[in-house]
Amino acid sequence: MRRKFRISKFGFRISDTALLSGVPQIRNPKSEIRNRIDWLGEFFISAVAFVAIAIIFLIFIYVAREAAPLAWRTIDGISIWSPFQPPYVWQPVGGVPKFNILSLIAGTFKVTLIAMLFATPLALAAALYTAEFAPPSLREWIKPAVEVLAGIPSVVVGFFVLIVLASWLQDAFSLQFRLNALSAGIGLAFAVIPLIYTVSEEALTSVPKLYREASLALGASKAQTAIRVVLPSASPGIFAALVLGFGRAIGETMIVLLASGNAATLSLSPFVPVRTLSATIASELGEVVFGGGHYRVLFLIGVILFIITSVINWMGSRYNRRLRQRLFGTA
Amino acid sequence: MRKTIDRTFVALTLTATVIILTIIAIIVGNIVVHGTDTLSLEFLTAAPKDGMMAGGIFPAIYGTVLLVLLMSLVAVPFGVLVAIYFAEYARAESRLYRWTRMAVNNLAGVPSIVFGLFGLGFFIQTIGHGIDQILYPGYLVYGQPSVLWAAMTMAVLTLPVVIITVEETLRAVPREYREASLALGATRLQTVFRVILPQAWSGVMTGAILAISRGAGEVAPVLFTGAAYFLPELPTRANEQFMHLGYHIYAMSTQSPDVEATKPILYSTVLVLLVLTFLLNITAILIRNRMRRWATR
Repeated sequence: MRRKFRISKFGFRISDTALLSGVPQIRNPKSEIRNRIDWLGEFFISAVAFVAIAIIFLIFIYVAREAAPLAWRTIDGISIWSPFQPPYVWQPVGGVPKFNILSLIAGTFKVTLIAMLFATPLALAAALYTAEFAPPSLREWIKPAVEVLAGIPSVVVGFFVLIVLASWLQDAFSLQFRLNALSAGIGLAFAVIPLIYTVSEEALTSVPKLYREASLALGASKAQTAIRVVLPSASPGIFAALVLGFGRAIGETMIVLLASGNAATLSLSPFVPVRTLSATIASELGEVVFGGGHYRVLFLIGVILFIITSVINWMGSRYNRRLRQRLFGTA
Repeated sequence: MRKTIDRTFVALTLTATVIILTIIAIIVGNIVVHGTDTLSLEFLTAAPKDGMMAGGIFPAIYGTVLLVLLMSLVAVPFGVLVAIYFAEYARAESRLYRWTRMAVNNLAGVPSIVFGLFGLGFFIQTIGHGIDQILYPGYLVYGQPSVLWAAMTMAVLTLPVVIITVEETLRAVPREYREASLALGATRLQTVFRVILPQAWSGVMTGAILAISRGAGEVAPVLFTGAAYFLPELPTRANEQFMHLGYHIYAMSTQSPDVEATKPILYSTVLVLLVLTFLLNITAILIRNRMRRWATR
C-alpha cells in the first residue's frame, strides 16, 4: 500500500533508491524524518478527500434518518405510504390533514418543464453564437455578462418576479392569478440559462478546429458547419447541459417559493398557481411540530428530492464524459 | 438563397444572445433604479424600526458577514486540501479518486433546501444535541438553530465551489515547477506547500470569493439552521441566531403586513445584496482572467 502511494503521477518514483543503486549510500536520519512527514502529509490529504465522500453519505443518512420512523410506525395518522395514497391532495392543515405528494411532484415537473422550454432555445442559441459566430473581442464580453446572471442570488430573481415580472405577465395575458406556474417557470429559466449556456458553450468550443476547417474546405457555410458538424459532435455535452439544467431547476427553492403562488393544484394549465417539492419544505418546515408526522413527511420529500437530483446529475456527468471520449479518445 | 438562410440563422442566435443580455439589464436596472431611492449611509448602519417598516439593515449585513466568515474558515482550508488531492496526489485510475470526484460532482448538484434539512438533522439534531448532552445536560445551548450551524451547513454547500476553482489553478501551474522542485530534493509535500500553492494563491482567493458570494446569496440552507426574521440585538456568540440579507428579503416580501409600504426598503435591501454579490463575483472573474492569461503566457 505504501509503495503504491509513492509512485508519482509523472511515472517515476520520486524517492526510488533504485535510481541510485550504483552510488554508495549514506543513511541520513534527517531525510528519513522528512520522508516520514511527506508520507503523513499525503495520508492526511487523502483522508480529507475521503471525507468529501463521507459528506455525501452523511447528507443522505441524516435527511433519511429524520424521515425513517415513518417506515415502521404511523405518526399522527401518517405512514410511509400516505404520501402516495389517494385522495390526491396536499393539505397538511385542516380537519383531516392530507399528505399526498402527487400534486407537488406534478407541480415541480410542470414548473421545471416551463423553465426548460424558455431556457433551452435561448441558452443553446446564445452558446452557438458565442462559440461559432461572435467575433473574439465580443466573445470576451458576452461570457462574463452571462456569468453575471448566474451570480444573481436566486432570492433576488424570485423577488424580481414577485414584484415586477408577475404583474407584467398578468397584464399581458390578462391572467386570473398573478403568481402562477408560468411566472415561476420564467423565473426559474433565469436561473437555468447560465448553466445550460456555460456547459454547452464549453462543449461547442471543445470540438477540434480541424472539424470546422474540413467542413468549410468542403464548401459548407459557417452556419451549415455549426449545425451539421459542430452541433452533432458536441451533442453529448449539450445533452449533459440540458440534464444538469433540469436537475438545477427541480431543486431550486427560493424562486418558486416567491413566484409560484404556492397552491398545490393538479392541473395542466400553466396559468394556475403551483406548489413544488422544494417550496413545500421551505414554507412548512418552520411551522411543524418537531418530530411529528408532518415534520417527517417533509424530510421524506427531502429524500425524494435528493435521489431525483443525484440520479439526474450522475446522468449528466456521464454524458459529459462520453463527449470527451468521443472527441479526444480519453475519459 | 443559401446565404439568406445562413444569415437568418446567425441573426437568430444573435437575437437569443441579445435577449439574455436584455433580461440581465432589465433585472439589474429595475433594482438599481428603485433601490437607490432610500439607500443612504443611515440605511446601511441602522437597525430596522417600526416592525421593519423603517430604519436600516445593519443587523442583516452584520449577520451575513459573520455567516460567510465562519463558513470560509471551514470551507476554504478543507476545499483547498481536497483540491490538492485532486490535482497533485490522485491517480486517475484509483478508486478513491473516482469516488471522490463523483461525490464532489454530486455535492454540487444537491438542492440547497436539502442542505438545509441536512443542517437541521445533522448539525443541530445530532452534533448540537450531542454537545449539549455531554457538556450542558438539561440545557439547550448548541442543540438549536444558530449562526454556527448555519455557517457549517453553508460550508458544506460551498465546498464544491472552492474545490473546483482551486483545482483548476493548481493544474495551471506548469509541470516544470514540480519537476524542478523535486529534482532539487524536495519531498512532494514540500513541493505542494512551498512551490505550487504559492503559485496558485490567486485561485485560492477566487475560490474563497466565489464561495462567499454564494454563501451571502443562498437562503434555503439557513431557513431552519439559524436565520431570524428580527433580532433586537446583534449576535455575539456562535450559538445565537442571526439576521441574513437574503432571508431578510424573503421574509419582508412574504410576511410583511404591508408590502407596498415596505417596498422602498425592500428594494434597497435587494440592491445591497446584489451589489455585494456582484462586487465579489467581478473580483473573482477578474482574478481568474488574469490568472488564465498568466497560465497561457
